[in-house]
Formats: sequence, structure tokens, C-alpha cells
Amino acid sequence: MSAGTVTALNPGPALDVERIRTDFPILHQEIHGRPLVYFDNAATAQKPLAVIETLDRYYREYNANIHRGVHTLSERASTAYEGARGKVRDFINAASEKEIIFTRGTTESINLVAQSWARSNLKAGDEILITAMEHHSNIVPWQLLCEQIGTVLKVAPINDRGEVILEEFERLLGPKTRLVSIVHISNVLGTVNPVSRMIERAHDHGAMVLVDGAQAAPHTPIDVRGLGCDFYAFSGHKLFGPTGIGVLYGREELLEAMPPYQGGGDMIKMVTFEKTLFNDLPYKFEAGTPHIAGAIGLGAAIDYVAGVSLPAIQAHEHDLLAHATEAVSAVDGIRIIGTSAEKAGVLSFVMDGIHPHDLGTILDHEGVAVRTGHHCAMPVMEHFGVPATARASFAFYNTRAEVERLVRGLENAKQVFS
Amino acid sequence: MDLKDLYQEIIVDHNRQPRNFGPMEDADRSLEGFNPLCGDRLTLYLKLDGDRIRDIRFDGSGCAISVASASLMTEALKGKTLAEAEALFEEFHDLLTAGQPDPDPDKLGKLAALAGVRDYPTRVKCATLCWHTLHSALEGDEKPVSTE
Repeated sequence: MSAGTVTALNPGPALDVERIRTDFPILHQEIHGRPLVYFDNAATAQKPLAVIETLDRYYREYNANIHRGVHTLSERASTAYEGARGKVRDFINAASEKEIIFTRGTTESINLVAQSWARSNLKAGDEILITAMEHHSNIVPWQLLCEQIGTVLKVAPINDRGEVILEEFERLLGPKTRLVSIVHISNVLGTVNPVSRMIERAHDHGAMVLVDGAQAAPHTPIDVRGLGCDFYAFSGHKLFGPTGIGVLYGREELLEAMPPYQGGGDMIKMVTFEKTLFNDLPYKFEAGTPHIAGAIGLGAAIDYVAGVSLPAIQAHEHDLLAHATEAVSAVDGIRIIGTSAEKAGVLSFVMDGIHPHDLGTILDHEGVAVRTGHHCAMPVMEHFGVPATARASFAFYNTRAEVERLVRGLENAKQVFS
Repeated sequence: MDLKDLYQEIIVDHNRQPRNFGPMEDADRSLEGFNPLCGDRLTLYLKLDGDRIRDIRFDGSGCAISVASASLMTEALKGKTLAEAEALFEEFHDLLTAGQPDPDPDKLGKLAALAGVRDYPTRVKCATLCWHTLHSALEGDEKPVSTE
């Protein structure tokens, strides 16, 4: 599952990265006169032609609202939309398509669980356990809930490598713990959490588990039944699909018992002013016209990734990460933030005497796009005592030659500030 | 666009050795400024003599643009009247706003070194954080200033 164990997965033949790059038109441009090096994949990934053309075809050929028209276009749109749901089901190995809720993204998926499941099942004093490496989207929804109903947010600490301290995590699990909400792969540190073990321990205490898979979905095979999680959330746009579409997986019996998240069209069977009968799963949670093109585009992205092969992607990204870690560490004055033994393709770092923001501007001048800032994880910044980091994050279309460009950019930054 | 237009020698120098840097024990006014986008944080200290800025210092951490801008600002404002300070803020603001005519270099002095920032829209907030903080401090605000 993790970078560290990738070799055991027998990745098969190496990726033909040059051929893959031809599938991503955006990569073939110059920024400030230099070929673009896109190392901001953890923020959002680029889209293959297969996705772009799928969106184009939908709007050109069969744009229509779903689940309500008897006309041909509506039927085609509905079939494609539900077909995408099936692809998601297969992609994460869910038991049923009823367990796949389309949302706007990971953030909305987490908010849905907070406001529907947690708000109706938890009471004042009940505890929600997260980790210190969570993205703001897996912190703030719980804080809102705590203000609403008096639940208590507990935070499992991390060590200086950026790993959850499992003994502390397990110590925090108790009879009051009702929900554990944990990130699968950290967007700042790259840490791959031992989610299977964490889920098992949480279940031992009778707590439900939500896994934030925003960074995991593009990099590692996901098997929700294998993991045994109760909820799993991820976004389409980090998985080479469109923005504005994401997924919440929930176990059917949980979803069945949950109240709707939003009210509106499509989530009902019958409405009178006296009483409304809610629709079946998954439609109960999809009020209003959804992002139809987005869902169909996500289906195309999943097909594309499946065609490339995730084990081969993992092996390639593992090689890139290992190479980049070595090359960037060798630059004088660099400190890597996040050195977990189990890591995915994310490399956060700071440089002596040069603020990450300045690094970001200088690298951009070299055509190298990295993210700088707190990465929506201010508590992680605080833990490592830095205001911000620079972050290079990799996808399967990145190359070792691009890593060299990053390293040259860092050397150049030193020149600018010398 | 040349990177050297942004990171001029004087900016690199003021970043490495900021002037008027460190807390002021007997300040009349102090105010915090914060740029949530990049985590830049500064505290501005003022000692006033009637409507004149007798002393001004700053403290905090940030990118080269924000530190150099604050350092240059404190140099430019020492001894100025409050009206002169506000007028300079306006000139400086024009300097960083694309589409405005080039401001008078005589009025801006060393601050003109930050002109390159206008070509980097995402960095303008870095250069203006200290000035917005100053403006609020002079208005008597006590709530920290945020650029967002």
C-alpha cells in the first residue's frame, strides 16, 4: 500500500512516461520561457485527454438533466452518470453502488458525515478522535459539530518524522470515542498512515471510522471492504478528474439510517406540504442537480488510471520520491519536513534563510510549479516550528529530469539570495 | 520579467539585515499584521510625538518581500508626520498597482526598489502587509490586521 512496500507488489513493466505525457496536453507549454514542470499534484492533478474529451462530448452530445426526463438525451446522461457510479464502486471495492454518494469533494463528504451521521448519532461529551496531521477539512467540520452539540475533539499527536504515535492514538481511544476520522496519506508530510491497524483498534472500542483519502486515491489501490472503514472520502480532481466532484463511500446500513444532508429535488420520492418521503440510497444524499459532467469525467479518469495500472504508478512515484529526496537533501541548507518510513510522493521542505514563498516565486521563474504555504494544515506547521513549507508533489507523468530542474531552481534561489 | 527586478540587491540586503527590527519596550502603539496565505506575521511598534512618528520598529517573520518592505518602511517613516505617512502609503500603493502611472521616484526614495512586485500579483500582499498594519495602528485599531 505504501511507498515502502511498493516493490513487493510486482509492478510489472515500467511506465512509458513519455507516452503518458502525450495524454496530458497542459504539460506541453512553457512558463517564463522554460518547459513547465508541474510538481503541485497534491493540490490538484492535471487532466488526461480522455477526461477532457469526455467532458466535451457530454456537453456537445448529450447534456441533459438526469433521472427525470423520458427523452433520449436524459436517458443517455442518466446512464453515463450511473455508469460512473459503478466505476467508482469497482475502483474502491465497495459492496454496492448504493454506498457511493457523489459530493463536491472530500470536504463536502466529511461535512456530510459530520452533519448527518455524527449530528444525529452523537451527544454532548462523546469524543471524536483525529490526528495532528489532518487537513483543515478534517478538523473544522468537527469543531463546528462540537459547537453545535457539545462533542469533544481529541487529537492524536505525531512524532518528528511526521508519523502518528500509535501508542498515543490507542491511549486516546476510550469508551467515549464514537468516531475516528483520519487521513490516509498526509498532504503535507506524505506519511502513509497504518489505517488498517487504526481502523481495527477504533472498532475494538466500538467507534466508527472515516478515512480522508484525498491524497490516497491517486497513489494507492483503495479497498474499502479490505480496510473495513465505515466511511471513505476522496476528490475527483486529485485523481486526474474534474474539480467539483468527489465521493463519499459509506456502509449501506449506516447510510440507510442517516438523515438527509440537504433537502431538495432528486432526494425525494414524494413531497406534500404535510410529509415528504425521502428517496432511496444513494439519491437520498444527492439533493438538486448534481455535477453530472463531473461525475462522468471522474468515471473517465478512473478508467484512465486503471489503464495505466496503479502498481506501476506506485513504483514510478516511489522511484521519483526516493530520487528527489536524495537530490533535494543534498542541496545545502535544506531540511525535509516529513520523513516517515512509509511515504507517498510528497516532498515538503524548508531552506535556511529563504522563505518558502520566495522559493515558490523563484522556482516559478524556472518553470517549476510547487506549492508554498501552510497547505491547509496550520497545526502541522506549528508542530514542526515553521510558518510554511515548499512542497513538491509528484504524479506518474513526472520524470527524474524534472526533479533535476527543481534542484537547479533551488541552487538558483541560493544565488539570488547570496 | 527578470528575477533580479523583484529581488533587487537592496531587498536582499534588508531581508538579511532588517533595520529597526525587534520589539520596542515603550511603544505608544503596537499592532499585529498577519498574512494567512503565507504565514507572514509582523508586529509594528510606534512612538508618536504629537502628529509626528518619533520612532518606529517592527518584529516578526515573513518572506523577503514582506521583511524588506517593513524594514524600508520604518526607515522611510521615522520623523514623518502622520499625514506624510498616509501620503507615502498612497504613493507606495500606486507603485504596486498595475496600470497606475509610475510614481515619482523622488517621493518614494528607496521604497521604489519594490516596484518589481507589481508584476507578481500574488506577492503584492507581502509588500503591503506592513503598510496596512501601519494604517490601522494610526487609526487606533487594536484588532490584528489580516490581508485576507
